[in-house]
Amino acid sequence: MKVRFKENRRLYIGLIITGLMLILAITGKFFTPYDPNAMDSANKLAGISAKHIMGCDNFGRDIFSRILAGLDTTMVVAVGTVLIGVTFGTVIGALTGYYGGRPDEIMMRFNDAVLAFPSLLLALVIISIMGSGKMNVTIALGILFIPGYARIVRGEFLKCRNLDYVQSARLMGASYLRIMFVHILPNTIPVLLSTVAIGFNNAVLAEAGMSFLGIGVQPPDSSLGRMLSESQSYLFLRPGYALCTGSVIALLIFGFAMLNEGLEKHA
Amino acid sequence: MLDVIDLNIEFHDHITPETVVYDFDLHLDEGEIVGIVGESGSGKSMSALAIAGLLSRKKMKKRGQILFDGVDLLTCSRDTLRKYQGNDICMVFQEPMTSLNPVKRIGWQVGESLRLHTELSEDEIRNKVIKMLEDVELQDPESIYDKYPHELSGGMRQRVMIAAALICNPKVLIADEPTTALDVTVQAQIIKLLKKINKKTGTAILFISHDLSVVRKLCSRVLVMYKGRVVETGEVNEVFDFPKEEYTKRLIAAIPRMEKLEYE
Ligand SMILES: Nc1ncnc2c1ncn2[C@@H]1O[C@H](COP(=O)(O)OP(=O)(O)OP(=O)(O)O)[C@@H](O)[C@H]1O
Ligand SMILES: [Mg+2]
Repeated sequence: MKVRFKENRRLYIGLIITGLMLILAITGKFFTPYDPNAMDSANKLAGISAKHIMGCDNFGRDIFSRILAGLDTTMVVAVGTVLIGVTFGTVIGALTGYYGGRPDEIMMRFNDAVLAFPSLLLALVIISIMGSGKMNVTIALGILFIPGYARIVRGEFLKCRNLDYVQSARLMGASYLRIMFVHILPNTIPVLLSTVAIGFNNAVLAEAGMSFLGIGVQPPDSSLGRMLSESQSYLFLRPGYALCTGSVIALLIFGFAMLNEGLEKHA
Repeated sequence: MLDVIDLNIEFHDHITPETVVYDFDLHLDEGEIVGIVGESGSGKSMSALAIAGLLSRKKMKKRGQILFDGVDLLTCSRDTLRKYQGNDICMVFQEPMTSLNPVKRIGWQVGESLRLHTELSEDEIRNKVIKMLEDVELQDPESIYDKYPHELSGGMRQRVMIAAALICNPKVLIADEPTTALDVTVQAQIIKLLKKINKKTGTAILFISHDLSVVRKLCSRVLVMYKGRVVETGEVNEVFDFPKEEYTKRLIAAIPRMEKLEYE
């Protein structure tokens, strides 16, 4: 699939921003200018300088380093969440959409029930059972994402299952699993891809929201959400802290949103 | 070889069951071309799908027997059915736009039967597929092999479908209005191709159409269906020249005049 920049600007902008963020996150995993957790009482709430390009937080930790590390955490959580959601959602959606009938009815009613609750509330319930932390947040959000993907994939399978080419594959003697995952699934990828982009988006926001509320990623892991929540107290003293963290989150979201819109054009 | 005896098809996906095919009988010998004609909604496709084993066993109740070399396809196990499907019974559908998978390359789709039913390596499959694409008279099969369906015309796609259906040397090819969606010249080419293949490989063809002139050109025997029943059956020339049933007479009277002149 070749797409020219002029035809689909959003896709390219999305790709560039997301790529940039990805590079920063990977950098944050292996290298940060300072140890993101090293406190330095001499530099408490230090302003922007050549040494600390975004200044320091209330413990004297380098904000830029913490943003890099936080970006890494956020990306890992987002990727994990989407991976769990897409994998299980695809399998469930494929089976229910292809077979239909009673299992489909039960699954979809269950789905509706899950979707009826505000997702943050459900995440809270899961977290309170399993405890917080990077891993558990990923699992909790992942579970919450399953119904949404299942529903999208199911819709696509429902659309495809009686098309002639599927009948034809059936007549060739292909097994059910082969028909579902080799013949039909590739046809759902354009739709799936654009929802994956928006899924990253929701995952980033949800993780930031949960960490902001203190139920998400726990120290020593840094998180953009928690940094934003901490920066609140110094909003007037050091607006740069909140501004830098906030704009990184915003840029991340913007990149995924552009990617989604760009992909949707081709779905 | 293929015997359908007293086939009844009943839909069970609404509150009241609805019978769409009554007491359908069909006999198809090796190498024979038999036509089914009838107006839209007369149950031609339903009968064909039932023979191909493509009607859901749960949603549609079928009574009667579909005997293929003595094995009843309606009651045999799923695995037995699957062995016949693709190997012995193949089908070409009406709509060339939807009968090929839009995201898979032509070569892959034509070779799928071989991948499922034989132990051939990918290279051997490729060679066979290209040979088959040649046999259905597609120009430049090498480049068509790597194309996607949307890059082909309707007539080409129908040829690809025929290639995919025939690659395992089936005994029966069911063609459900394979030419309805095509224009007249392409239609004539496809008919010619089917006839040629039938001569060469001895594949029996069950040819479904509502176009009597096409059936007359291609088939040796014909079944006339009306409202889910077979109302008349016999040799093509007999049925067309001396129709016994009122409905058949009306059907023949409805052939456009130009084509009638062609026969006389
Ligand atoms: N899901 C369904 N439930 C009930 N009746 C159905 C269903 N699908 C098809 N039918 C009925 O089955 C009958 C036979 O349809 P069929 O597709 O076999 O017609 P056909 O002869 O192939 O027509 P055409 O020339 O348009 O292809 C039609 O009267 C149709 O209304
Ligand atoms: Mg039909």
